[in-house]
Amino acid sequence: MKKFISKLNKYKYPYLFIAPAIILLFMFSIIPIFVSVGISFTDMNIKGLANFNNIDFIGLENYIELLKDADFHQAIRNTIFYVVIGVPFVVFLSLTSALLINYGTEKIFSFFRVVYYAPAVTNIVAVAVVWGFLYNTNYGLLNNILNGLGLEGLRWLQDPILAKISLIILAVWKAIGINMLIFLAALKGIPKSYYEAAKIDGAKKFQTLRYITLPQLRFSTFFVTITTLIGWIQFFEEPMVMTSGGPLGQTNSMALFIYQNGFKQSQFGYAAAGSFVLFVIIIIVTLIQFRMNKQDAWE
Amino acid sequence: MHGNKTMITEVRKMKKDKMKIDKIIVIILLTIGGILMLTPFIWMIFSSFKHANEAMLVPPTLFPKVPTLENYIKLFEELNFLVYLKNTLIVVAIFFIGLLFNAMAGYAFGKFKFPGKKFLFYMVLATMMIPSQVTMIPVYLILNKMGLINTMLGIVLPGLVGAFNIFLFKQFMGGVPNELMEAARIDGAGEYYIFFKLIIPISKPILAVQGILTFIAGWNNFLWPLIIANDEKFYTLSVGLSLLKGQNVTNFALQMAGASIMVVPIMIIFCIFQKHIMEGFVTSGIK
Repeated sequence: MKKFISKLNKYKYPYLFIAPAIILLFMFSIIPIFVSVGISFTDMNIKGLANFNNIDFIGLENYIELLKDADFHQAIRNTIFYVVIGVPFVVFLSLTSALLINYGTEKIFSFFRVVYYAPAVTNIVAVAVVWGFLYNTNYGLLNNILNGLGLEGLRWLQDPILAKISLIILAVWKAIGINMLIFLAALKGIPKSYYEAAKIDGAKKFQTLRYITLPQLRFSTFFVTITTLIGWIQFFEEPMVMTSGGPLGQTNSMALFIYQNGFKQSQFGYAAAGSFVLFVIIIIVTLIQFRMNKQDAWE
Repeated sequence: MHGNKTMITEVRKMKKDKMKIDKIIVIILLTIGGILMLTPFIWMIFSSFKHANEAMLVPPTLFPKVPTLENYIKLFEELNFLVYLKNTLIVVAIFFIGLLFNAMAGYAFGKFKFPGKKFLFYMVLATMMIPSQVTMIPVYLILNKMGLINTMLGIVLPGLVGAFNIFLFKQFMGGVPNELMEAARIDGAGEYYIFFKLIIPISKPILAVQGILTFIAGWNNFLWPLIIANDEKFYTLSVGLSLLKGQNVTNFALQMAGASIMVVPIMIIFCIFQKHIMEGFVTSGIK
């Protein structure tokens, strides 16, 4: 015991320095995982919140229920739609804008860097308010432009398919900035000598891009793809603030399904089970990505 | 001979011209993209100075015909935006305490040896992979058990520290030479003195980046204020704005003014400090 205390005393300072952060992470990240596993096997709801005696262990029932829940199926289908369309657009557009901005060194290029990054620092509610106005069927800018061109206005947030695409457009607009910065950082890291060598060999611009720049960006492309993928599987804030998942669940995502079951219907057990399904999907997709990247490297 | 030389300069000039044309095309492409990126912001700001009726004109006007501040006045005088603003600033201020916690942890992980260090650090990193949806419900239950629902503390606690920030601080502070600290210790400086008077001043570059990002994160924080604050007196700007959107569905000019209050301050701060953020990205080693 004495030894333990003297040891503790010896390392007093590092422990004191990490203590606040570690305690907070434990309370709000680590412990919640175990709590979440626990309640996903119970019927915890608003009654259980008031009194823990009202909570019953129900085994796998929540998970079985999820398998049968048509709303959950729809949320999964919508999430796949978001990921399959949104992720390639984010990667392609952020890479393209990084390449274009990296083209010159004049002031105007750093100005564009700020412009393209601006949506990324904007609050999601403000974004929803502004885009809600732009998308408005009667008074929105977009339909006014279409009308001006002699075309019929669109039902941006009411049509089942178009509503999903409208949310993707907004999310892509917001996501370009941060990924563009990652690509720009990587572009700055490519040794100049590679380009000089290519120039001496008489390589065309396109060839330089194809055989030097893009291969050198391999790791950052992987990084951007995987973080974007993980982020979009959790697609949440956009449908939440823009459409609340409507019309009729057509823009609902898995993450929003979990939130609504948890906080709107107070079905905490059911929502926790849903969150684990989401977690498992994320882990599987991440592992597949790493696998594919490894195979790529071996070729 | 002479003709050959002029031909060479001619070819050089053509090459230069071609480069110029390339650059012009690039700038045109960037301009088109830039307009698309900025249109929502421009539309927001111009509309916020219109009368409620003018914002709903078909076809719309770009510049307000009779610019007015009535929307902004209404937000602060009739609605509770002053309270929301105050709460948002409190959240931001508390987030800076979180920043200090992150820096302290990063320093200890970067510069000290202690039992359990490796395990704890991996644990910190592992928290980055946990999706927020998984922890959302249990965190709510934990806060409820602690009696922190509908309190300012409950709003800020879940997002106060972040693994990625700790990681970045560790990377930076790990590079501070040991001799510096040893010298201070020999001179009889205490550990707190060393951290606050030596390490913090040296870490200015990373603190600048983290400080701006902390400000943005605190200002934009939405989910936890929404879940935890039931009482309007605890609403932050983002929650207040979503309330405004729900209650004034067709008053777009008012909505745009509310959105401008959220967006413009952050844009100004971002424009002033953007160089630090961009450079921070390059130096933080994300490649």
